[in-house]
Amino acid sequence: MSPSPYFFLVVFIGVALVFPIAPLVLAWLWRKFFQPPKPGAAKNATYECGVESLGEAQIQFQSQFYLYAIIFLIFDVESIFLIPFAVAFTRLPIGAFVAILVFLLLLLEGLVWAWSKGCLNWAK
Amino acid sequence: MESQVDEGLRSELQKQGIWLTSMQELYNWGRKNSIWPLQFGLACCAIEMIATAASRYDLARFGGEVFRPSPRQADLMIVAGTVTKKMAPQIVRLYNQMPDPKYVISMGACAISGGPFKQGYNVLKGIDRYIPVDVYIPGCPPRPEALLHAFMELQRKIDGQKLTGSAKAEFLKESSASEFPVPAFGAHDLEPPANPALFHPPVVERA
Repeated sequence: MSPSPYFFLVVFIGVALVFPIAPLVLAWLWRKFFQPPKPGAAKNATYECGVESLGEAQIQFQSQFYLYAIIFLIFDVESIFLIPFAVAFTRLPIGAFVAILVFLLLLLEGLVWAWSKGCLNWAK
Repeated sequence: MESQVDEGLRSELQKQGIWLTSMQELYNWGRKNSIWPLQFGLACCAIEMIATAASRYDLARFGGEVFRPSPRQADLMIVAGTVTKKMAPQIVRLYNQMPDPKYVISMGACAISGGPFKQGYNVLKGIDRYIPVDVYIPGCPPRPEALLHAFMELQRKIDGQKLTGSAKAEFLKESSASEFPVPAFGAHDLEPPANPALFHPPVVERA
């Protein structure tokens, strides 16, 4: 009886489990029998190149780059959707046409807004 | 964990193609051939350290080429260069953040004693005032061969460390410290100027 063609996947999963777990178990056994754990304030602290860390990591910050995100959507992401739209244009049902038109109009609105805000002017 | 087998019997068995080893030997063999240094340099000695790690001197021959950017993964701290008083607390904190067993190579005259800046106001007069040093390398700066020699000396030291018994290695003892106090900036100098539990300068007796 030949093994299932997917048998190698089972072998792979087994290896993928044993490979990381075995060293961890060995390290745990080693710690248990030989090396006493020595946690400490500095050892458990956040690593910041040797200086003491200030404040928390979970802070709020202003999203100053939302303009770039909008313009990226308009000029980059939109073009990715436009290419298949143009290729399949003659065979599109009316529903798909309306859907892509809504998508385009939404982004067009963003473009008008960004234009009026002066984002497309070169910085002097 | 001590080798229970007679040395003569071992070599006799070796001739017949049977290799005996002990847990201790295996452990130390693995450790000494995979010493990962912490990746940081302080001054011109660091240039020599970089040359040692690069292809011409090739620290990889000794298993020490994996310079780690985080102390969590490092076994060895190469204090390569002038330790200013401003930098000393960071060095000690990085040492504290390294997991045991950890080793320190004090590379060059500055890291040993302050070197040419010993009389200055802003240079620490030896990193051994705050952290225990395993190997000192003299030189200003030491050549890569000297660093390789220090590396081999460290390997020799690791090879000789015992796992059990009363003479077992320091890092295996429950009582031995893994972290050392980080000095703070005082009004004129680092406070304290040296770790009194660690730093015992030789007393010069004059006739």
